[in-house]
Amino acid sequence: MSHRYLPLTEKDKKEMLDTIGIESISELFEDIPESVRFKGELNLKERKSETSLLRELANISNKNITSETHVSFLGAGVYDHYIPTVVDHVISRSEFYTAYTPYQPEISQGELQAIFEFQTLISELTAMDVANSSMYDGPTAFAEAATMAAGQTRKKKVVVSKGVHYQAIEVLKSYCKAQGIEVVEVELDGTYTDLEKLDAASDEDTAAVMVQYPNFFGSIENLEEMEKIAHKHKGLFVVNSNPLALSLLTPPGEFGADIVTGDTQVFGIPTQFGGPHCGYFTATKKLMRKMPGRLVGQTQDDEGNRGFVLTLQAREQHIRRDKATSNICSNQALNALGSSVAMSALGKNGAVEMAEQNIQKTYYMKKQMQDAGFTVLEGQSFNEFAVKLSKDVDEINDELLEHGYIGGYNLGKVDSELANHMLIAVTELRTKEEIDGFVERLGEYNA
Amino acid sequence: MIFERSTEDRFAYSLPDLEVEKQDISEIIDSKFIRKTKAELPEISELDLMRHYTELSNKNHGVDSGFYPLGSCTMKYNPKINEKVARMPGFALSHPLQSDKTIQGSLEITYDMQEHLKEITGMDEITLQPAAGAQGEWTALMMIKAFHEDNGDFKRTKVIVPDSAHGTNPASAVVAGFEAVTVKSNDRGLVDIDHLKSLVGDDTAAIMLTNPNTLGLFEEDILEIRDIVHEAGGKLYYDGANLNAIMAKVRPGDMGFDAVHLNLHKTFTGPHGGGGPGSGPIGVKSELAKYLPKPIIVKNDDGSYKVEHDVPKSIGRVKPFFGNFGIYLRAYTYIRTMGPDGLKEVSEIAVLNANYMMRRLEGTFELPYKQHCKHEFVISGSRQKKMGVRTLDMAKRLLDFGYHPPTIYFPLNVEECMMIEPTETESKETLDGFVDTLLAISKEAEENPDIVLEAPHTTVIGRLDETQAARKPVLRFQREDIVEEK
Repeated sequence: MSHRYLPLTEKDKKEMLDTIGIESISELFEDIPESVRFKGELNLKERKSETSLLRELANISNKNITSETHVSFLGAGVYDHYIPTVVDHVISRSEFYTAYTPYQPEISQGELQAIFEFQTLISELTAMDVANSSMYDGPTAFAEAATMAAGQTRKKKVVVSKGVHYQAIEVLKSYCKAQGIEVVEVELDGTYTDLEKLDAASDEDTAAVMVQYPNFFGSIENLEEMEKIAHKHKGLFVVNSNPLALSLLTPPGEFGADIVTGDTQVFGIPTQFGGPHCGYFTATKKLMRKMPGRLVGQTQDDEGNRGFVLTLQAREQHIRRDKATSNICSNQALNALGSSVAMSALGKNGAVEMAEQNIQKTYYMKKQMQDAGFTVLEGQSFNEFAVKLSKDVDEINDELLEHGYIGGYNLGKVDSELANHMLIAVTELRTKEEIDGFVERLGEYNA
Repeated sequence: MIFERSTEDRFAYSLPDLEVEKQDISEIIDSKFIRKTKAELPEISELDLMRHYTELSNKNHGVDSGFYPLGSCTMKYNPKINEKVARMPGFALSHPLQSDKTIQGSLEITYDMQEHLKEITGMDEITLQPAAGAQGEWTALMMIKAFHEDNGDFKRTKVIVPDSAHGTNPASAVVAGFEAVTVKSNDRGLVDIDHLKSLVGDDTAAIMLTNPNTLGLFEEDILEIRDIVHEAGGKLYYDGANLNAIMAKVRPGDMGFDAVHLNLHKTFTGPHGGGGPGSGPIGVKSELAKYLPKPIIVKNDDGSYKVEHDVPKSIGRVKPFFGNFGIYLRAYTYIRTMGPDGLKEVSEIAVLNANYMMRRLEGTFELPYKQHCKHEFVISGSRQKKMGVRTLDMAKRLLDFGYHPPTIYFPLNVEECMMIEPTETESKETLDGFVDTLLAISKEAEENPDIVLEAPHTTVIGRLDETQAARKPVLRFQREDIVEEK
């Protein structure tokens, strides 16, 4: 053996070559044209022993500042939340993480049932009929909702609020461009979507009206009014939503949403530099057969025992090829499992309590800042809000690092009119002391 | 099911104290937007939660449980060091929107991974943004489209894919706004050159090829294919699903490919996670580089790293933030564990193992293509079918012996096929054990077919009624079931 992952001995190799009837392994590569064969050695870093590699990578990891080294008020789509310790123990079970897509249901019932439970949890939170087994992330799920809506309605335009996460809009544009779907963006009025403009932008050619709840600025959009606008011209109503917020907020399904998407990072998935997270995708029963991604269904075996299988696969690329509803193959199964564990650990009451802590602590911080004379943008907030400061937020954030804080998101990056505005996230993990300390520190930048 | 284990008033969480003065929630948020009934999440203690998921895991087969020769999926060992590195707090707890100077560690990994993948693929630039192979395919096709359109060439509406290609290839072509056109395989399992010649023209945007292809065969006419497609003005796209066969043996860039995606969860020990997350970086030649999705990660003159958003010709963003960092971090750890000599040996052993198994099986099973294979091979159960036993039955019978079956009925161009990919991390004893079992099952098919037809016999559940599942879909737990089952 030459490496701990490569078990063949020289004796093994000799016997195997004899069985094949050749002298050397190189004969197996002789069908590669001589002129393009790679000769010599790849110019890569030399292999390292286990311990020295761990030491090197630990040193590199320590160059990052994190929510452990600093107190973080940064959110903007990715949040520092409580992760029950059990989550990592479950997803570390190698029967889960070293398996692949459960195409052989008899030896994959664990994964299949876990996904079925995930689908149930997500449809409970969103109040939607059907949830799939996961998507790459919230933004790509949102973009797939647009292409699905265009296919369903046979219309070639989507209307999207600028209250949607700017990166989700960027991804949406990439997906739509390829398929000739026009993306019309609707301006905000303060921290809310301008409903009159939303109405004006929507017409007979609109495949979907697409919004976010709570929106990028943390404000809880008026889904009731938005639904009327979306359905007035027979387009679909698509809502991108934080599933943690939905344990306390009225779910989009109850407002008549046709498709609800989002990211379950808030449930048990570390920020980990932006990925992997876990998208979810839900729809009404009517749209079920147009959905992207894998679906797990309940059925029974020949003795009547309950079991689970991948189902409605006629939508998918490995069966339908160019006629598939999407090209998605790999999803985020392991992260969906992690989120299921977190949702189950929190349970019916814990999820509500966690969501309420976000609301209460955010409200507290806003109140402290208002009382101190800061200009806080108006809105009913879930766990984020915008505040105007005295200078460029990047500069402020650099200075805050010195004091042990990761400051909020610089809104000037998405809208020049919001230069000097910081988007502050307050999750359940922030203590009163941390909030008070941060408000005091920001006093220097009170505009 | 976890919902059936739920009992009111139990829980498995420990949230921090609220500390701040609690307001009436309706004072903060309009009551119209406050949920009236709670979502029915389960209520369960921490131990019972662990037991539930442990019980589920016991009903699942992973690479650590036993041999998993699932063709085209490269089910190799998932190193434990990778998991340890991915959980280092510096990596796991950094936020993607922090300023560049606070994420130098993650950017260094991203940049160095790009450098390593450039060398392995022979391409000029790499992006790690795509989430998985299928998204990588789509991203690269979008770039190829941008390239043609940038040259004022709007006629190139077709993407050619072989009949043996993965389903994602034609699906990605369509999602990228192209029409997918199929090129046939010849009797050696390779691209039919004459048919290809008849398909290319000034409407050809690209051809998508896996090499070795999904039959595990090296497309030895690759240089002719390259010339045919390039002369027609099209681009060559390399589907990296089968890269495990050729590392340090031949590089996609050297074969003439213009764009490539890799499946880091296959070749580079992702892990597979029960279906994901994956990571599907793409590499391109320099003439396509300006269309890469943005942002890109660059190295400054002072040795620090930077997130560059100013990429004027970029096709835009395909995924939030920087892609599946946690997965390419694991893959990076693997590459550093193997080194250049190790990766070369990986491909050599993967190919040796596949050929050894193929030669041991070929007397008993129909072998449609006789030449040496690469890292995987396809056999047909057509002889056994004549005895009344189908490949599906033999696959189910393998379950009784603790094996995950090979990929079956794919690729579509071989009758009753089984696609076997052993990978390099298996011992000779394991390969022999599997081959002996498959030979024994073939014998059973001849002498005692019922035992195969009725398989599996030892699994937690028998064959499931998939027709019922699709006809009357039950896609979530219904609360009435609690009553019924009690």
